[in-house]
Amino acid sequence: MDQIEKVKESGYQLPGEIIPDPGAKIVLGGGHDYASVTERIAGVVYLPMKNSPKKWLVGAFFAFCFVNLLMLAIYVLFTRGTGIWGINIPIGWGFAIINFVWWIGIGHAGTLISAILFLLKQDWRTSINRFSEAMTLFAVACAGMFPILHLGRPWLFYWLLPYPNSMWLWPQPRSPLEWDVFAVSTYGTVSLVFWYVGLLPDLASLRDTAPSLLQRRIYGVMSLGWRGSAIHWHRYQKAYLLLAGLSTPLVLSVHTIVSFDFAISVLPGWHTTIFPPYFVAGAVYSGFAMVLTLIIPLRAWYNMRDLITLRTIEAACKLMLGVGLIVAYGYASEAFFAWYSGDKYEQFMYWNRMTGPYGFTYWLLILCNILIPQLLWSQKVRHSLALVWGISIVINIGMWLERFEIVVTSLHRDFLPSSWGMYIPSKWDWATYAGTLGFFMLLIFLFVRFLPSISIFEVREQVHRDLHEKPVEEHA
Amino acid sequence: MSHAVSSKRYEGLHGAMAEFDTPEDLIEACEKAYSEGYRKMDAYAPMPVEGLAEAIGYKKNKVALCVLIGGCTGVCFGLGLLEWISMVAYPHNVGGRPLNSWPAFIPITFECMILFSALTALVSMLAMNGLPRPYHAVFNVPAFERASVDRFFLCIESQDPKFEPDSTVSFLQTLGGREVNFVPE
Repeated sequence: MDQIEKVKESGYQLPGEIIPDPGAKIVLGGGHDYASVTERIAGVVYLPMKNSPKKWLVGAFFAFCFVNLLMLAIYVLFTRGTGIWGINIPIGWGFAIINFVWWIGIGHAGTLISAILFLLKQDWRTSINRFSEAMTLFAVACAGMFPILHLGRPWLFYWLLPYPNSMWLWPQPRSPLEWDVFAVSTYGTVSLVFWYVGLLPDLASLRDTAPSLLQRRIYGVMSLGWRGSAIHWHRYQKAYLLLAGLSTPLVLSVHTIVSFDFAISVLPGWHTTIFPPYFVAGAVYSGFAMVLTLIIPLRAWYNMRDLITLRTIEAACKLMLGVGLIVAYGYASEAFFAWYSGDKYEQFMYWNRMTGPYGFTYWLLILCNILIPQLLWSQKVRHSLALVWGISIVINIGMWLERFEIVVTSLHRDFLPSSWGMYIPSKWDWATYAGTLGFFMLLIFLFVRFLPSISIFEVREQVHRDLHEKPVEEHA
Repeated sequence: MSHAVSSKRYEGLHGAMAEFDTPEDLIEACEKAYSEGYRKMDAYAPMPVEGLAEAIGYKKNKVALCVLIGGCTGVCFGLGLLEWISMVAYPHNVGGRPLNSWPAFIPITFECMILFSALTALVSMLAMNGLPRPYHAVFNVPAFERASVDRFFLCIESQDPKFEPDSTVSFLQTLGGREVNFVPE
C-alpha cells in the first residue's frame, strides 16, 4: 500500500520529524516523486481538526475575534456615520484611503509572483504562487471595503456603476475615482479567475485522493470534471499563459490608476508625475513583505521546509531589496522636485512633511523602508529567517506609514493657512483597520486549511525537471 | 462528445486504456499509436507534458483567437459606453471642455479590455474542453484515480475506425505499460 492509498484509508498526518531546508540553491527538496508531493500538499487539507497545528487554531481564533471587531466597527459606522472616524475638513480621506491603498498594494506582489515571474520562467515562484494569489484576492477584498465604507451612504455604492437608473444619471467617466471603480473590480475579478484556473487541476487531485466521501464530492464539483486530457492541458496552458500576460499590464495599471486618485488633483505633494511608477514599486515592495511575513511561519507549522525552500525566500528578499531601492528613488525624486519646482507650496509641503507635526512619521518611514531593509544586502541576513521575518514586518509598517504620510501631510496644510487642520485617528479608525487585518488573516487561515496552498501540478512539473535536468550552478 | 455511428459497433465500450509510469513512456506510446494509424484517442496526465497533445495529432488551439476577439469586444464596449454616456445619455458641460474627451476614457477602456479578455480565456478554455462535465467514461476505470496523481494514461476510443477490442488491447500491451483495461461507457 503506498502513501496515497494510506491517506485515503486512514487520513493524513504531518511528518513527525522536522524536514530540513535543502538550502538556497534548490527549489524543491530531494527524494520527492509525483505521488509524494501530492500527499504532502493535499494532506494538509485532509488533516483532521484535532491534528491541526495548535498555532493554527489559536491564530484562527484571534483572527475571528478581530473579524467581530470589524463587524462592530461597521455596525457603528452604519448607524452613526463617518463622524465616528477622525476625518474632518481638510483631511477628508484619513484611514479609509490609507488602508485602501495599503491593502491593494499588498495584493500586487501576488500578481507579480503568479503572472510576471511565470512569464519570466522563474521556477522558484512555483512554491508560493498559489499562496500569493490567494493573498492578492483577500487583500483586494479588504481594500475594496474601505472606499465603500467611506462613502457616507455605503448602501448606495452601486451608484458608482454605470447602469440605467430612473434618474438617468451616469457616473463621470473623466474622474480617476470612477477609473478606480473599474480598475479595482477588474483586478478582483481577474485575480479570482487566475486563481481558480490555477486551482482546477489540483481540485481534481483532491477529488481523487480525499479520504472522506464529502470532501471528494465537494472538490469534485469544484474541479468541474477535470480529467487531465492532453488536449485539455494544451488549451489550459494557453489560457493560463494569456491570463498571465493580461494580468501583467493589469497589475501595473491598477496601482497607476490608484496613484491617479492623487496625481490628477492639484494638491501640493500629490500633483507629481513620479506617482504611478513609485506607487507600483511601493505596492510590490509591501506585497513581497507580506508574502514573507506569511510563508515563513506557514512552512514551519506545516513542516514544508522542503517544499518552500530558502531559494524562494532568498529570491523574494532580493526582489524586495530591488523594488525597495526604486521606492527610495521615488522619495528622493519627490524631495528633489519639490525643491527644484521653485513652487513655494510644494517646497513648504515637503518641509512640513519632514519637520511639521507629522514629521516623526516621515523619519520612521525612511527608517523602515530605506535604512533597515539595506540589511538584506548581506547573505547572512537573508539566510536568517528570524531577521527576514522581522524586516518584512518593518517594511509592512513602513509602507503603511508612506500612505499615511501621502494622504495626511499633503491634505492637512495646503494653500491657505486659514484652512489648515490636524487629523487624529479615532478608536473606530483603528478598530476598522485592525478588523480588516483579522479578516485577511482569517481568510488566509481558512485557505491553508481547505485548499492546497501550493500548486501541486506545478510542483510535479518541478519534480519532472529535477529528474531530467542537471541543477544549474549559480552564483549565491 | 458526439457519438458517431461507428461507436455503435461496440455498445457500452468507450475504448481501451493503457497505464504508464512516466510522461516519456506515454509520449512514446502515443507516437507509436499514431503511427499505427489510430486517430481517436486521448492521453491523460497529472500535469502538462510538453509535446503530448501534438503526439496524438492535436494541432489547432483556438483559445488565443477567442481571447483576441474578447479583448476587441472589451475595447468596443468600454469606449462605446463612455462615449455614449458623455455625448448622448448625459452630456455635461464642465467649464467648456469637449464632451468627447477621449484621452480620459482610456483607463476604463483598458480595464474593460483586460476584463473581457480574461473572462473569455476562462470561458473559452472550459467550453472547448467540454467542462464542466461531471461524468466521463474514463472515470469508470478504477486505476484512473491516479491520473491526477502520478500515473499517465493512453485511451484509444472505440469510435476510432481502426479499433477492434482484441487487436487494440494486444497492441496496447506491446507498448510496455503497467496494465491495459477496457473502458466501459
